Amino acid sequence: MALPKRQTDIGPPKYDQFIPPVIKKNYGKWKYHEVLTGGTMVHVAESGDTLHTVRVASPRILSTETIRDICDMAERYCEGYLRFTTRNNVEFLVSDKSKMEPLLKELKEKKYSVGGIGPRISNIVHTQGWVHCHSACTDASGMVKAIMDDVYDYFTTKELPNKVRLAVACCVNMCGAVHCSDIAVVAVHRKVPTINHELVTKVCEIPTTVASCPTSAIRPNPKEKTVTINEEKCMYCGNCFTVCPPIDIHKPDEDGVAIVVGGKIGSLRTSPKFSKLAIPFFYNEPPRWPKVVAAVRNILETYAKNAKKHERVGEWIERIGWESFFKLTGIEFTFQHIDDFTFARDTFRTSAAFKY
Amino acid sequence: MSGKYKTPLLDELEKGPWPSFVTEIKKAAKKSPMADDELGQLEKSYRTKRGYWKHGGIVGVLGYGGGVIGRYSSLPEEFPGIAHFHTVRINQTSGFFYTAEALKMICDIWDKYGSGLTNMHGSTGDLVLLGTTTENLEAIFAEYSSRGWDLGGSGSAMRTPSCCVGPGRCEWSNIDTLDITYTLTQEFQDELHRPAFPYKFKIKTAGCAVDCVAAIARADLSIIGTWKGNIQIDQAEVKKYADAGMNIQAEIVEMCPTNCMSYNGTLKINDAECSRCMHCIAKMTKALRSGKEKGATLLVGSKAPIVVGSLLSWVIVPFIKVDAPYTELKDMIRKMIGWWDDTAKPRERIGEVIEAEGMRSFLEAIGVPAQPQQVKEPRKDPFFFWEESDFQK
Repeated sequence: MALPKRQTDIGPPKYDQFIPPVIKKNYGKWKYHEVLTGGTMVHVAESGDTLHTVRVASPRILSTETIRDICDMAERYCEGYLRFTTRNNVEFLVSDKSKMEPLLKELKEKKYSVGGIGPRISNIVHTQGWVHCHSACTDASGMVKAIMDDVYDYFTTKELPNKVRLAVACCVNMCGAVHCSDIAVVAVHRKVPTINHELVTKVCEIPTTVASCPTSAIRPNPKEKTVTINEEKCMYCGNCFTVCPPIDIHKPDEDGVAIVVGGKIGSLRTSPKFSKLAIPFFYNEPPRWPKVVAAVRNILETYAKNAKKHERVGEWIERIGWESFFKLTGIEFTFQHIDDFTFARDTFRTSAAFKY
Repeated sequence: MSGKYKTPLLDELEKGPWPSFVTEIKKAAKKSPMADDELGQLEKSYRTKRGYWKHGGIVGVLGYGGGVIGRYSSLPEEFPGIAHFHTVRINQTSGFFYTAEALKMICDIWDKYGSGLTNMHGSTGDLVLLGTTTENLEAIFAEYSSRGWDLGGSGSAMRTPSCCVGPGRCEWSNIDTLDITYTLTQEFQDELHRPAFPYKFKIKTAGCAVDCVAAIARADLSIIGTWKGNIQIDQAEVKKYADAGMNIQAEIVEMCPTNCMSYNGTLKINDAECSRCMHCIAKMTKALRSGKEKGATLLVGSKAPIVVGSLLSWVIVPFIKVDAPYTELKDMIRKMIGWWDDTAKPRERIGEVIEAEGMRSFLEAIGVPAQPQQVKEPRKDPFFFWEESDFQK
């Protein structure tokens, strides 16, 4: 069967073909919005027109079967119009308010999860994990599923002091926004990689491999046409593995995950912040990582109990001080918490005023 | 063809209320032996706690250097269906708006040539099709491109630009994020499809400082909408918030980072002191609107931690007008990329190059003067360079 004629460099189709008439009419002229429930909101335009939105959870990995089911509902209740959010939720764009009730009814019957709007947990931004990545040191999708099952009420109904953005990255490459999330999990290695010298000689470019190391732990071994690693200097980032796969960073029995907290992206009230280390390590415990799930819940609930209204996790911690954060959460403070890398000197305390 | 594997560990992840990715893979596996083998290999990963994917090989479509990421199972004999399991990145629409008709078309083609599994969406923003073979790539590209859909970016190239919902459905958006993203994507088609940069370059556009697309943390160039002029106040709506129980003193006035507000039945803002953080506007959206002169702040440099630490983007151009056809913005981006391309070592992001070369070098190359808005504070050390041009002043 002949294929249609290919085109190149056309870019994506223009967005205006995919927006409902009410958006076309009121584009850039929205006046305000109201959060109606944990998963529904209404936007009101200056013209008085309204657009209702129903936000639904997605595991991000979607089969075409599920996408078709979502599309069928969009056709029944939204004249076919829908969108996805930057956190991978599905949004039904309902122009006719009377369609809200039947849409919500069908979503409930089919066990879709409606939520993620307002001062709550939205979907977890995450990476491919064992599902599809060569570099994964844990499985992101499984951990996300286990965490979201546990904090489910905070997605659908229960409120928090402010929104809480969760992320999971399956290695330190952090293809998700782990480095600026309220609470996030990042998979880490803890052992110096193992070198398959014979293969390094065959497949790796030695200068690139040496240059890939941020701590200059890798030295060339020209005689053997391979490299050596200074074990004292290696901090297990795995960047060498990325450029030279025979340097195997994976150690399934020693790999695991760390939990970082207090990051944010918006400039509201305080500047955007990086996430900082809360818990340096948990072993991988598939399929449901119970210790990680419990640790996330502990941090979340300590925040919910102690933060002021509108404070994000990082703002709450900065107000009370990190020493109080460790005390309130009961998390042990270790040598791993004290920075000894790029930005270390900015993190040491330079004041005689602190708490116990 | 499906159900070849027993998956007791993954089955545990079909329990509980949150939607299950395992259920999605099983749905795809009913039709696709590739998805079934994906399930089998994943169960093995859950048993052994390690992945079985090889590094991506170089695969793609004729005339492009990106858009497809090669992926091969390291256990092709055990799981032959995923011996090839490549990713195809389809450039998403601005703001992720779709019609059911378009998405169903995308699904039909994908079921014909791939595993039936997708990511809606990938971290950079692309609509990700997960799992196909090398010999299907040209057909996939012909089918999609003939229907108006192109591939996204990968490798050392301009990556698929992405944005928040913007004026499509948000009262806070100061700029037309959807149109800016569409226009820039079209402008940089060559850079996007044919990797010729030192490393990746990402552009994200957010309508305001709430930054729902994480532009400030995840883009080499972060375009964030802002304004000049006074915040517009509707005192009647302020009163309604108070009547509805909002503690305006505690929740708004005392949480303002610049202490530029006061309230005694009437809300007052000293706009000269306002830093445009968005807190009050976001919490009292019916009562407050941003000032009338709209534009964007351009920030540069953010990235994830590989390899010497994460960066947030730095303010480079405090205020720039961004109205169609965006000539000034396009010129500025070309100057930024040109300097980076000339200066960077391989695999160096623009933020890292600015750190290595000094901010002055970058600012002078793109013709932007030094301004206090670019720094949190001036330098602390007494070691500063002087250039010949400084003596002429």
